[in-house]
Amino acid sequence: MSDEVLFHREFRVMGGDFSAAGSVSTQIKSILQEIGFEPPIIRRAAIASYEAEMNVVMYADQAVVRLSAAPNSIKIEFDDQGRGIADIDMAMQEGYSTATPQMREMGFGAGMGLPNIRKNSDVLEIASELGKGTRVLITIFTE
Amino acid sequence: MELAQIIKLLDCQVVAGAEHLDLNFDEVFAADLMSDVLAFTTPGSLLLTGLTNVQSVITAHVAEAKAIVYVRGKRPDADAVRLADQKGLPLLASPLSMYTACGRLFASGLKSHGDREGL
Repeated sequence: MSDEVLFHREFRVMGGDFSAAGSVSTQIKSILQEIGFEPPIIRRAAIASYEAEMNVVMYADQAVVRLSAAPNSIKIEFDDQGRGIADIDMAMQEGYSTATPQMREMGFGAGMGLPNIRKNSDVLEIASELGKGTRVLITIFTE
Repeated sequence: MELAQIIKLLDCQVVAGAEHLDLNFDEVFAADLMSDVLAFTTPGSLLLTGLTNVQSVITAHVAEAKAIVYVRGKRPDADAVRLADQKGLPLLASPLSMYTACGRLFASGLKSHGDREGL
């Protein structure tokens, strides 16, 4: 199967906009369904992107999200402007969180976001610069 | 178990998706933490939760839980109902506590995927 990109689209996520949180991930799910990927692959992509989207809403100012779908892989990149992550190893640990009570009321912010993203990705790349932002690249192989 | 039977068992009111009461469920997952739902739910499960905002419906949609029961007499907010109507996801409201609702479902033979992994 080829790695030629079939579909590319960009989305924007605004930090602090709890009312719209999840809308990009549901769009990504619909697009992947229309393209015709297998349901378990779509589910992993939707879960990983939803957790990443919630991270932007909770912690960043804004982000550009780039979805690229090829026959053999789905890549979803969250490129945010925001405070950045001080210690990525710490943030990857289940239960580690800097969430506020408002975030916890949404059912998130319990330190499960990045571990859930990793669990549903085949390759997860994270780069962060304090005071600038964070880039999370999720890759899921489709076969 | 058919959703119509679950409604009787848990004294539920139907808040959305009344046209899908013929759905069948073998597994249940119960949590208020949406990240746990995303991490541990089996596709096709029934979700029990006390979280009533729109994130509960988005989480069910993303994790492919096929219906939600809100426990402790809580009712989903207007955004949650609107999205559930769009997605065809039944929303039910039960007056029972999480503990009692889970107990009744468990006693009726419904299981949780997590049990098989020794969680």
